Amino acid sequence: MEIDPFIFRLSIFILSIFIGYYVVWSVTPSLHTPLMSVTNAISSVIIVGAIIAALAGSLENTFNSSSIFGLLAIVLAAVNIFGGFLVTQRMLQMYKKKKAKK
Amino acid sequence: MISANLSAVFYLISGILFILALRGLSSPDTSRQGNYFGIAGMIIAIVVSFLSVENFSTSLAYVIIFLIIGGTIGAFIAFKIPMTAMPELVAGFHSLVGLAAVFVAIAAFLNPEAFNLGDLGNIKLASLIEMSIGAAVGAITFSGSIIAFLKLRGLMSGSPITFSGQHLLNLILGLGIFVLIFYLCKTQSENIFWTVIAISFLVGILLIIPIGGADMPVVISMLNSYSGWAAAGIGFTLENTALIITGALVGSSGAILSYIMCKAMNRSFVSVILGGFGADNSSGNTKEKKDQKPVKNGNAEDAAFLMKNASSVIIVPGYGMAVAQAQHALREMVDKLKKNDIKVTYAIHPVAGRMPGHMNVLLAEANVPYDEVFELEDINNDFANSDVAFVIGANDVTNPVAKTDPKSPIFGMPVLDVEKCKSVLFVKRSLSPGYAGIDNELFYKDNTLMLFADAKKMTEDIVKNLD
Repeated sequence: MEIDPFIFRLSIFILSIFIGYYVVWSVTPSLHTPLMSVTNAISSVIIVGAIIAALAGSLENTFNSSSIFGLLAIVLAAVNIFGGFLVTQRMLQMYKKKKAKK
Repeated sequence: MISANLSAVFYLISGILFILALRGLSSPDTSRQGNYFGIAGMIIAIVVSFLSVENFSTSLAYVIIFLIIGGTIGAFIAFKIPMTAMPELVAGFHSLVGLAAVFVAIAAFLNPEAFNLGDLGNIKLASLIEMSIGAAVGAITFSGSIIAFLKLRGLMSGSPITFSGQHLLNLILGLGIFVLIFYLCKTQSENIFWTVIAISFLVGILLIIPIGGADMPVVISMLNSYSGWAAAGIGFTLENTALIITGALVGSSGAILSYIMCKAMNRSFVSVILGGFGADNSSGNTKEKKDQKPVKNGNAEDAAFLMKNASSVIIVPGYGMAVAQAQHALREMVDKLKKNDIKVTYAIHPVAGRMPGHMNVLLAEANVPYDEVFELEDINNDFANSDVAFVIGANDVTNPVAKTDPKSPIFGMPVLDVEKCKSVLFVKRSLSPGYAGIDNELFYKDNTLMLFADAKKMTEDIVKNLD
């Protein structure tokens, strides 16, 4: 009997929770704010679903209700991706300057 | 168009890059490289999603336009936002992730063919469950984060809003969502799907309104976690590895931060979620405060004199410093002290400020070297050997009551042993209690000098007096 692909995805999910657990415990407390902004940015990888939905409109029917929701989600996720990574970068840059000054 | 297997491999790579992005944050030196890994992972995921669509319709142009619009708004916000506003920015961003998850779930529900999930009205059972859970968690994240945003921004009172039967109502609504998802699977009805989303929005609001301002670090971390679980739910629906990995990472990251914050306040996660903290205590306390105990009142001149004659000073910043934007003035003051060969360090309590690591970022912004900034457990023993503790904008995290009075609501909370210093300078606008609503014994100690003023103004005055 074949294993349901869902089980494979579930395995990835569970193992990733463990990876997340150990990786996040090793994050230094002084970088907890950048941690939040960067997790924010990466969770916007949900944009891939939005792009697929938005591109799914057929030639004669570019906009169906599904692709409109896809496009809206693209805007939201894009704000987050650009905003999240850039603001993280801005913060991390501030941690660097001091090192150089010392 | 690339094969499904190839795109799955690329999604896996981008998931790994995201893990490396978080790994980089283990030290400030590797953190920037980590951020680049994250960006690379995101670019890979986006490019692959374009390539995996079979035939590009005319919508491609719109997709790119919307991507640019969103990106421009995001970049604009990222460059403009002051560092003191980071908590509300993060809350705002969480709400966007939540809403995006809801929209993607709706898109998948309305056009399941595009995602290979079956046909409209006949969606695969597992996918239907996954997408409704993703949509529900996303909706809770969205409305909850909006409330958190409003509270942090000061557009809504930070005090808890409670009413009788609140928790029962939440419980009923929560169970209602599960029952509706069950019927959704049986009937595939569009109306039930919309109802699930609507109720989830309501639950998000109801969950966050009873939680007070001081508990915001926990709330933000919790919503961070929720946004991750929502993304994971969508990831299962779309059978996308990158999303599943990321959702799990973000979900556990937020959960760990919530745990750290609860631990730092010695409160259980459940009691924070149930909320109401700070409301009932403050009322009882105002009566008690009627008998005013004497405090020693000082000015900038006294403070400057004390610090000039010290050999070591520990600075304890808190939310008040963020509100007054006093971090730059503070840094100026510290520079002057250092010129006089006075050793200066910073002590940061985990819940100082309104989000995890809030104070560290503000000090970093003011060019304070991060090796002068210490966490609670690393510096607490130093107070006994130091001459002056300069408390600026912090309150509850220095309250000795947490160690001495088992009846106090903050009893057992780890606090900074500020009172062990030879003298304590306490910058505060008034004698009013902090967010926990309790009086700080420290105000009335013999070695405490109260400096009643705005944090920024007082620090600037001290700087003048140090010359």
